[in-house]
Amino acid sequence: MLKMNVVAAKASTFNRSGAGTRQVDDPVKLSSDFFEIFSIPVAWQVERSHLDAMYRKLQQEFHPDRYASKGAVEKRLAVQTASLINQAYDTLKSPLKRAQYLLELKQIDASQDSHITSDGAFLMQQIELREALSEAPDAADPFAALDGLRSGVESAYSQQQMDFQAEYQCDNYDDALNSVAKMQFSAKLLYEIEQLEADLEDQ
Amino acid sequence: MALLQISEPGHSPQPHQRKHAVGIDLGTTNSLVATVRSGMAEVLTDEQGRELLPSVAHYTADGVSCVGYEAAEHNVSDPLNTLASVKRLMGRGLADVKTFGDQLPYEFAADDGGMPKIKTVAGLVSPIQVSAEILRKLAGRAEISFGSMLDGAVITVPAYFDDAQRQATKDAATLAGIKVLRLLNEPTAAAIAYGLDQAEAEVQDGAEATSQERVIAIYDLGGGTFDISILRLSKGVFEVLATGGDSALGGDDFDHAIANWLRVQVGMDEDLNPIEQRILLETAKSAKEELTDSEHVELEILDWKGTLTRTLMHSLIDGLIDKTLRACKRSLRDAGLETLDISNVILVGGSTRTPRVGEKVAELFGRQPLCSLDPDKVVAMGAALQAEVLVGNKSGDDMLLLDVIPLSLGIETMGGLIEKIIHRNTTIPVAKAQEFTTFKDGQTAMAIHILQGERELASDCRSLSRFELRGIPPMVAGAAKIRVAYQVDADGLLSVSARELTSNVEARIEVRPSYGIGEEEITSMLQDSFSHARDDMQARALREQQVEADRMIEDLLAAIYKDGDALLSDDERRCLKVAIQELREVRESTIEHRVLARQIESVAKASEEFAARRMDASIKSALAGHSLDEIDKG
Repeated sequence: MLKMNVVAAKASTFNRSGAGTRQVDDPVKLSSDFFEIFSIPVAWQVERSHLDAMYRKLQQEFHPDRYASKGAVEKRLAVQTASLINQAYDTLKSPLKRAQYLLELKQIDASQDSHITSDGAFLMQQIELREALSEAPDAADPFAALDGLRSGVESAYSQQQMDFQAEYQCDNYDDALNSVAKMQFSAKLLYEIEQLEADLEDQ
Repeated sequence: MALLQISEPGHSPQPHQRKHAVGIDLGTTNSLVATVRSGMAEVLTDEQGRELLPSVAHYTADGVSCVGYEAAEHNVSDPLNTLASVKRLMGRGLADVKTFGDQLPYEFAADDGGMPKIKTVAGLVSPIQVSAEILRKLAGRAEISFGSMLDGAVITVPAYFDDAQRQATKDAATLAGIKVLRLLNEPTAAAIAYGLDQAEAEVQDGAEATSQERVIAIYDLGGGTFDISILRLSKGVFEVLATGGDSALGGDDFDHAIANWLRVQVGMDEDLNPIEQRILLETAKSAKEELTDSEHVELEILDWKGTLTRTLMHSLIDGLIDKTLRACKRSLRDAGLETLDISNVILVGGSTRTPRVGEKVAELFGRQPLCSLDPDKVVAMGAALQAEVLVGNKSGDDMLLLDVIPLSLGIETMGGLIEKIIHRNTTIPVAKAQEFTTFKDGQTAMAIHILQGERELASDCRSLSRFELRGIPPMVAGAAKIRVAYQVDADGLLSVSARELTSNVEARIEVRPSYGIGEEEITSMLQDSFSHARDDMQARALREQQVEADRMIEDLLAAIYKDGDALLSDDERRCLKVAIQELREVRESTIEHRVLARQIESVAKASEEFAARRMDASIKSALAGHSLDEIDKG
């Protein structure tokens, strides 16, 4: 038989299927969005300590371990509910995922791996940063080189987050989407810097 | 009719009956069983007062002859039939096992794609069967101590165990007839045993609580596995931030490094027979232990005599310890922390008795590690404490464990690449779905290959399972929408389903790893091992189903009493009542446990929607019931 390979076409990380009837492995459906799960307003600003406290509170109540002596149905529902709480927490605590989610609530899909930003200068700069990253291992002090690179990307990342906040607040979703795309570049680069640093340490 | 009890989520509806639960540390070298008595975790001993059970089973032509110390005595005389360290084989393929080199003296059966089976005089033996023998022995020890049946066990696994290894462990428990309350990661169990959550409460009671959060590193070096976990402890919640390690690196490797040095000194070539191998290993092991207290040790093998100094031993094992330290650094990085952020370091596992390990760990973290509890016992003790909570003897309001998945889960995509669907260090339970499409016009089937690991190429990751979604209606390439959903439960076990969204064609599997064993194989093994005691088994299975039926009837009636008015229509309520009545009748009349199980399953289905509505409602009330202030104060 011809072997069919899976093709990754659309990478939607959110498990919010709107289709059809309840399936056993769909999350428990709530009318609420992720913000509502944590009783916080739908906004860019999230107070982390409050989010953490709410998260622990909810898991204290709904974690499957609380249902260990219950029947199969309750156990399964607890797994799904706790999964949903984990997903909501994971989304809201990450600036990038939170931004993507805020746009998703406005019916804008910002979860694609790479949105092409139309900002040519930005793209040029990304190419240069990538070159710097690939050259870092050969630097006299590779760790210092990576540190320098990281602090540059980190400050760009916080600027992009501030841009997003401003654009999102005045309903300028086109620009907000563009800022999210830039944030994706930065987050990816920061991740790769970390990886490279770990690899260098291992050597 | 009996008075209705109203049960809240998380509380047992029958608090009066104390249940018997244990924690089991199923180790590479030794295993232990512990339980909670008067609030304290306590390791159960055998009739000779021994706490450890060597993880060894000896086979004769009739099958298992003995397990534990007695079996270990056959190590040198009958190495091929004395099965030890099988934890290293759990959930592995023959190719993995070959990478261990000569470390295991067994002969393996030809590769049939599954877990390697060991050739013994009793025939082929799966590592799962050996583990089941060890578990059965420990459960027996507990049942003698309780004077009654075991209600459930928490079994520990290395945090770094992948899905196949976890599933194999759970299968071993099933085979041993033990109800698994939870698979618990060993480092997390150790953290519980140290009671750091209570220490934290004391700190907070102090005049000035400087910090409500503490971060703990648990360094767990067993015989065959290494784990590092970074945990954040806050208000009784143990939150694993990152975990890492090596499921094929342990103190046994120290012994092998020393044995290898010995072999060269003695002038033996690499091609050793199993008995020579054992002699070298036993000598290496006792030399290592002696060097804990002395600077050097005199050795004698055949006509060779020599000296091993502590410094020389360090040079033999430092490379291995460094490997563990690199894993520590990686986990710190994953947690986004530095060594300075760590408030406690805990040493776990018998191999941390080698002083060199403690020295190097202290050097890395810049602080003296905690090791006040016996590193061999601490995991079983922690597991017992958690078992006590899960079985319902103790309200667990003050303790919750949030664990993570140790290795990323993904799917094979075009070109043999892996696309990660759930990343490592994601808190479990977790559900994620991703949509894929067809790449050929008229494509009606899609092969789904599930993988675990961090590497980019599918061939470098562990293959967990393959299945096919068939019956996709013919469409142009790219038009079909196939949603692949991954669900990982609190034990870290994965199930996967795939659905074509435009047509709703569905395929669903419980991931039975290709390195594991099939449901049928378990059943047949169960029957083999219990063939002399089949009636017992039947009675036990029926009893379990009856307990389940009673619990279900009681819970459902309580739920209807409490929420029926709000959440059920008259018709729905009537249907449920009928279902309950039928279940009651079957429970009273049948002696066939499968019949009762089917009835329970059908009531479960009938009440699923109601249970879901109750869950939704209780989330809403959980949210509505707490003001922000209240939660901040916790």
